[in-house]
Amino acid sequence: MKDFIIPNDRKIFDDRDMGTPAKQGAPVTLTVDGFEVTVPEGTSVMRAAAELGMQIPKLCATDSVEAFGSCRLCVVEIEGRRGTPASCTTPVAEGMVVRTQSEKVKKIRKGVMELYVSDHPLDCLTCGANGDCELQDMAGAVGLRDVRYEPGENHYDPAGIGARSQAEARWRAPEGEANPRYIPKDISNPYFTYDPSKCIVCSRCVRACEEVQGTFALTIEGRGFESRVSAGGPLDDFLTSDCVSCGACVQACPTATLQEKSVIELGTPERSVVTTCAYCGVGCSFKAELNGDELVRMTPYKHGEANRGHSCVKGRFAWGYANHQDRILNPMIRDSVDQPWKEVSWEEAISFAANKMRGLQEKYGRKSVGVITSSRCTNEETYLVQKLARGVFMNNNTDTCARVCHSPTGYGLGQTFGTSAGTQNFDSVMHTDVAVIIGANPTDGHPVFASRLKKRLRQGAKLIVIDPRRTDIVRSAHIEASHHLPLRPGTNVAVVTALAHVIVTEKLYDETFIRERCDWDEFQDYAAFVSDPRHSPEMTEVLTGVPAEELRKAARLYATGGNGAIYYGLGVTEHSQGSTTVMGIANLAMLTGNIGREGVGVNPLRGQNNVQGSCDMGSFPHELPGYRHVKGAEVRAIFESKWGVTIDPEPGLRIPNMLDAAVSGSFKGLYCQGEDILQSDPDTHHVAAGLAAMECVIVHDLFLNETANYAHVFLPGSTFLEKDGTFTNAERRINRVREVMKPKQGYADWEVTQLLANAMGADWNYTHPSQIMEEIAETTPGFAHVNYEMLDERGSVQWPCNDDAPDGSPIMHVDGFVRGKGRFINTEYVATDERTGPRFPLLLTTGRILSQYNVGAQTRRTQNSIWHSEDVLEIHPHDAEVRGIKEGDWVKLASRAGETSLRATLTDRVVPGVVYTTFHHPDTQANVITTDFSDWATNCPEYKVTAVQVGLSNGPTDWQVEYNEQAERSRRIEAAE
Amino acid sequence: MPHEKLIRMANQIATFFATQPGSDQAERVAAHLNDFWGPEMRAELKAHAAQDDSDLSPLVKDALPLI
Repeated sequence: MKDFIIPNDRKIFDDRDMGTPAKQGAPVTLTVDGFEVTVPEGTSVMRAAAELGMQIPKLCATDSVEAFGSCRLCVVEIEGRRGTPASCTTPVAEGMVVRTQSEKVKKIRKGVMELYVSDHPLDCLTCGANGDCELQDMAGAVGLRDVRYEPGENHYDPAGIGARSQAEARWRAPEGEANPRYIPKDISNPYFTYDPSKCIVCSRCVRACEEVQGTFALTIEGRGFESRVSAGGPLDDFLTSDCVSCGACVQACPTATLQEKSVIELGTPERSVVTTCAYCGVGCSFKAELNGDELVRMTPYKHGEANRGHSCVKGRFAWGYANHQDRILNPMIRDSVDQPWKEVSWEEAISFAANKMRGLQEKYGRKSVGVITSSRCTNEETYLVQKLARGVFMNNNTDTCARVCHSPTGYGLGQTFGTSAGTQNFDSVMHTDVAVIIGANPTDGHPVFASRLKKRLRQGAKLIVIDPRRTDIVRSAHIEASHHLPLRPGTNVAVVTALAHVIVTEKLYDETFIRERCDWDEFQDYAAFVSDPRHSPEMTEVLTGVPAEELRKAARLYATGGNGAIYYGLGVTEHSQGSTTVMGIANLAMLTGNIGREGVGVNPLRGQNNVQGSCDMGSFPHELPGYRHVKGAEVRAIFESKWGVTIDPEPGLRIPNMLDAAVSGSFKGLYCQGEDILQSDPDTHHVAAGLAAMECVIVHDLFLNETANYAHVFLPGSTFLEKDGTFTNAERRINRVREVMKPKQGYADWEVTQLLANAMGADWNYTHPSQIMEEIAETTPGFAHVNYEMLDERGSVQWPCNDDAPDGSPIMHVDGFVRGKGRFINTEYVATDERTGPRFPLLLTTGRILSQYNVGAQTRRTQNSIWHSEDVLEIHPHDAEVRGIKEGDWVKLASRAGETSLRATLTDRVVPGVVYTTFHHPDTQANVITTDFSDWATNCPEYKVTAVQVGLSNGPTDWQVEYNEQAERSRRIEAAE
Repeated sequence: MPHEKLIRMANQIATFFATQPGSDQAERVAAHLNDFWGPEMRAELKAHAAQDDSDLSPLVKDALPLI
């Protein structure tokens, strides 16, 4: 296959399979076939040969998993050693002399291949892996020209008639006798097939599932000739097994045994483009493999520094939405939302939108309109949207969906450390001794990072989980948390402060670090604060529900267990004290000296692909790009001189403020790019009222989403496959997003924003997104050295990347905090105003599931829905029993804000008194339940704590029925004349 | 914006800064409001306080002149 984007001859982009994983160690020099090579100690002979460009034949070895030594195809001769050792399992030694080709090894290899092929169907020409099959390649490599064995006992011939191919068997005996060893193909998984008849039992899939993914779903069942790969128990297929469809097994399979259905259907891809996944904040690098402009498959890119060649079900397989029938490719307008949509030209749509927005500003004032940027869009697109607000609308009414997820991270880490970002790269976790996960569910939300973490845990690192639910990471195959603190929703600050109480009062803190790196006076104030007995685990237990002794043990382990790293998610931020918890987490890291080196740190797991980037790009209404407040005249001057405008020195409206202002009549127009606030934001009734009160809502998206029900202009957007730009992931890594295919609707998203700006009087002349990045680099110190040429050459870089850090910054705060001295901040627990009571006695908390993503706009339009076709309510069996609720019953979920109905599932993952659901499906609209309470500092909504009641129901509520009817009406498109 | 919402948000901010050491809590509440709230929201808060400040926390009242 031709890789026309994987660049140049740099060794780091060598995409060959080196046979065994890379090692680190002292240099060792050996000779292979007369050529000298120096490799790290521990490297296999096979890999050393590969470093020289020599591919020793192999089948059971691949460089994503440790060597296994089962196929015996890679045998070599080594001077001074007896026999023919397997090169995959033989480590190099100083002065070793290896011969990869000799009559002896050639004869062995040919014999091995002859045996393999004797039990493999000869259907190569019609096989899905034709041209991409290592068995086929190895038969050629060893010069196999004949198989001497008569057809006998085998696994491939369904009829058992001595056929040499499955095609022959079908012709000769279409209803033939069954071969007891033949197992039919398993097509249960929506994305790949398992064909046991083609399996050579190399165990690469089993080892990938264990070593790379860490799920342990696969095994080898049977012994000797009966051995076959098996997913789960005897009655399981791939779909019903524990398999999470990450694709690691398919990636590792050397034959067509595990094969993508898309390849079977479309053929072997002929070109590939390296790009970045558009799902979660891990930001995995992928090779988009295509025929022409038809995408055939996405495979994780082994040189991607965020994912190191791994993937999850979403990035690997769930890209079918890009061609979904629901996708809108023509611009549309309408005067009012009760009218059907009218398809128009781009020119007419842009002109309509521009006139509307200008008209609103003339009628209601400069500040009556605003924008919402998207964390699903590129840095360049986001930069332009906030520039549209500041430089064309002439106000700071710009906000981003980070408002409703990680805005407290920006505030909390900015206050304590001086920068609004995580401190580590993902590789760092491989040096962690104690991992603390707070309010995050990485196996579902950030699965590729979770696999790295699980690998480290299997190596012996300890785990502490602080979460109301018993998430999968608490206990799974070969993983068990040392401590799970199942706190009551809304009590994060009490738990975090109690952890600090133990560390301070038991004198487990790192005084040297604190004296050197933090403000000692502030520490003393803080130490006095947390030492107060009211913060002790024993006193807080009644609030938090966390047993005091368990909390004490967890605190001791984090403080004394070696490198301690904290990873957290929206279970921290989406609270009325979200920012306080973030500061409390930063306090813990500073107390214990767990900052500024590998293996430690404070790591927000960002929900969407470009949350970090959208924040970096100045999407917030109070900050220009680079987190610099709009009140700073010298900062405004940078952009004013670049843009030729005067920038408003006052903060603009945040998303909730926009909606409030719309309801009260002062906010009238919105340009919303790539977000679906009606489904994702809290208190759906209020969001709907805000949108309905606006006179011009412009939705720029792939689909007629829920927000578009209230829109007057629909501008069709492009998928990540059609984008050219950059995403910045949770580790501050700026990754290239490359245009795999041309935008199906005609314009890239940044071009659409430029069209709108120019129609409103601007004079923007960007001809390529690289020019936007040049402007970002010119105006934003942390990006000063970033440009596309550098990213193409290096793959990616972590900001800050400037004169002080020309190679980027994998780890922050190495020699000192960005703000100078680290700042301890008191974190007093304040109970949320959202209280349970007789009417609403349970606490609802929300989250996401592996197979679906955010509001589901993308994943619901893929076959991922086979795993999660509707939101369900998790309820403890005790709470269910007292309400007469059984598994699968429809239940009504009601809060002070609203009510909806969904099905219930009974589980002790949640403790009594707590219920849980996801928010992926508009039929449920889980956010009709959530309230408008929010974080004190940032207005991030309190999604994670809502007082509710649950009772039996007959089905969807009247509101759900009416909502769906209204949505259907709103999506009508007028027939073309 | 509904007054009760503005007041709740302002009081939340004050509740946080009230727990911080030092004697400049009112200044810090005001700084937070100046930095993160738009001028219209600040003006609404002040206008409401001028009419009825009974539901504002003492710290917000102290901060009002600095907003």
